Amino acid sequence: MIEYATSIKYMLAGYAVILTVLALYIVSLFIRWRNLKRDFQTLKEIQKKD
Amino acid sequence: MKPQPIVLKVLNVASVLLFLAALGMVFLYAPLEATMNYVQKIFYFHIANAWVGMLGFIAAAVAGVVYLIKHDQKWDIIELAAVEISLVFFLIAIAAGSIWARPSWGAYWTWEPRLTTAAILEMVYIAYLLLRQGIDDPDRRARFSAVYTLVGAISVPITFMSIRLFRTIHPVVIGTNSAASQGSFDMTSKMLTTMFFALFTFSVIFVNLFWHRIRLGQLAQQVEQLKLEELQ
Repeated sequence: MIEYATSIKYMLAGYAVILTVLALYIVSLFIRWRNLKRDFQTLKEIQKKD
Repeated sequence: MKPQPIVLKVLNVASVLLFLAALGMVFLYAPLEATMNYVQKIFYFHIANAWVGMLGFIAAAVAGVVYLIKHDQKWDIIELAAVEISLVFFLIAIAAGSIWARPSWGAYWTWEPRLTTAAILEMVYIAYLLLRQGIDDPDRRARFSAVYTLVGAISVPITFMSIRLFRTIHPVVIGTNSAASQGSFDMTSKMLTTMFFALFTFSVIFVNLFWHRIRLGQLAQQVEQLKLEELQ
């Protein structure tokens, strides 16, 4: 049987990894969307000026 | 650039609520396993992430087939979205599994059939992303990617079946364990309910992120188009 303290430590580490990777991916999606939206608006403005 | 459809907004809220409910079920509803106790709780999200990861790789292959038939860039965007998201979910499954393995097997990693095939699967699709970047022509890139995902998808059933076909220490959740398996356990009905709820939750999260990633790909395509128009 695995000791309680050891077991809790690895469980927390596991969930920390799961939540961190998922959160990082969602943040990366958000940042990429924001940057593309800005590029899109800039290009549209340039097109209007032309 | 279209605003988020109402269904997607509902899906955003549903994903968050389901995720919180799944966490609640893992920690408050599912009983503690007798031998592994707390660390066994990693299992619920580990299996759910592996499931959606594999599902996405298959979805990418299907999108690849549709691209080869229709030659519509829309399917290349869908294929790329499926691969990217699946890579993230499958990476989580591998990392969480390794952390579970340390107290259960005494090592984070061992080159047994399931872990080896899972690592190969992840690397096959990392290579897909890297190789795509090396092709400038969108049609050639899409054609290459479609064929690649079709061939790459062969590693999905191999990874899935590896614990059923070979002598392995990795436990089998549904089916018969190998004589060499370590860390297997009998699931109670509460554990089964939690597992299926986690599978459902991550399937919803997958659909949600997949939709967002497709929208991102469409926006990227629009920006590329505008850049090309500006250059001409």
